[in-house]
Amino acid sequence: MKHDCSQTRSLPHVSLLGTTAILFEAPGALDLHTQRRIWSLAREAETWPGIREAVPGVTNLMLTFTTPPRDPASLEARLFATWDAAGELQLEGRVVDLAVTYGGEFGPHMADVVAYTGLSVDEIVRIHTEPLYTVYALGSHPGYCYLGGMDSRIAVPRRKVPVLHLPGGAVSIGGVQTGVSASPGPSGWNTIGHTDMSFFDPLQDPPAALVPGDRIRFRAERILK
Amino acid sequence: MIEILSSTALATIQDLGRENYLRFGVGTAGAMDRVALEVGNTLLGNAPGAAGIEIPLFPFRVRFLEDIDFALTGADCGARLDRTPVPPWWRRRARAGQTLLLGAPARGARCYLTLAGGVDVPVVLGSRSTQLRGEFGGHLGRTLQKGDVIRAVRCRGSDDQPADSDSSEFGAEPAELAIPLGDRITARDDVTAVRVLPAGEYRCYTDTSLEAFWTEEWKITPQSDRYGYRLAGSALVPIEVIEKRSHGIVPGVIQVPHSGQPIIQLRDAQPSGGYPKIGTVIEADLWRVGQARPGTKLRFVEASYEEAVSALDAVEAYVDKVRQFAGLYLISKR
Repeated sequence: MKHDCSQTRSLPHVSLLGTTAILFEAPGALDLHTQRRIWSLAREAETWPGIREAVPGVTNLMLTFTTPPRDPASLEARLFATWDAAGELQLEGRVVDLAVTYGGEFGPHMADVVAYTGLSVDEIVRIHTEPLYTVYALGSHPGYCYLGGMDSRIAVPRRKVPVLHLPGGAVSIGGVQTGVSASPGPSGWNTIGHTDMSFFDPLQDPPAALVPGDRIRFRAERILK
Repeated sequence: MIEILSSTALATIQDLGRENYLRFGVGTAGAMDRVALEVGNTLLGNAPGAAGIEIPLFPFRVRFLEDIDFALTGADCGARLDRTPVPPWWRRRARAGQTLLLGAPARGARCYLTLAGGVDVPVVLGSRSTQLRGEFGGHLGRTLQKGDVIRAVRCRGSDDQPADSDSSEFGAEPAELAIPLGDRITARDDVTAVRVLPAGEYRCYTDTSLEAFWTEEWKITPQSDRYGYRLAGSALVPIEVIEKRSHGIVPGVIQVPHSGQPIIQLRDAQPSGGYPKIGTVIEADLWRVGQARPGTKLRFVEASYEEAVSALDAVEAYVDKVRQFAGLYLISKR
């Protein structure tokens, strides 16, 4: 049977990350219904023996091991069964308003997004600021939020070669996703703007300002051309 | 206490890593060669997870500001304590005022300096490891600089240590000799072989690409560090374009960006990513990657899951053997 490499599979998919973790990928669309079932699966799986941490991604879940399972097949079966039974976990968090400066030196890849989508800078900003985005998961770097709800008209593939140094607060697009970097560092995404919000404090517990289920609205404070 | 005398150090304080905060976006950090760090701590009677100093750039010099036992593990740096040579994988006592000099190793990439009691920096989110991206942990969340003074944890009185300096000296068999890769893998000095488990998108690559992945020697480019090793070789081509949704990843995952040139994600890597994954260097061999230098080459050897698990057991057995030996030695000198 040919291996299904497309992202929108009809069946859930499980794969090992060495002996350190296992990755469960949900079938179907990238939407809040699927993500709520992932949150539900995470809440169950983090209590299983041998599991160190349940780490939600975007319509997927990584489980890290305290010790590698001797029989990963039974863990896979349990993941599939729990997914089939998982309902939607409603996490209704707070709403955060983020002022963004779009374009110019703060949006070094805006021109690439214009070129790829064929839209003007104003149209891209209008489409980007319209939705109320939901925090699907945290990842990438401390405090970084993966947001769901971006309009696919401004989807742009990740960059061929990652950029090594981007400042914190970078608002960017990677594929059909958007997000804001919480600290300076490398990124493979297309940066279109900048915000001053602080997302992470290692001396707090929990250390991140936002959690899955919180929502963000981007507000265009300035548009530089 | 020790004082850092080198000005261009990329040295960092690391323990075995920061667990349980991946879901907040916090990668594990931790020693690139965990085996070397653990053995250094074991030689000193420290807990295996105590913090030490990871040194990737040479020459590197420190001055001891007090009498203290230390150990050197990892790459053989032709170390000298004042004028006296210190063997690799060795524990010795330093006197206040003595200077330790680590030179460029003939092979291997990183040396670990551990101190009796373990390096004392605040525990942040459960670990002393330096989180460079988040700028926390370790010493002020950064690499060490000339003039920094690093303390050891004073968990036990010094009466616990052997009284005269000569008797507190012994070593362990280096990991690369003690943990062989197995008969089917022949070693060469400029090529490091590591075992790999196929990952999620393995079967999405062309047969030619998979053949190249297993048979080629992959050059470690200069753009290789604690975040990841960027490799150069034949471009790996997927059967169709793959755009993944962002998902959790772990150190050892081999991602293939659109350029087709693979990147091994390492200890400071992001805890999530979206590039397709062709394989994962097994946890038991990650220390070998940590000791492979830019400019040399890597070769990937396919492993089964069962092999990958028993390889972890082999690492543990080696560290246990060192622990038993060190325990007997320390008791006999008391």
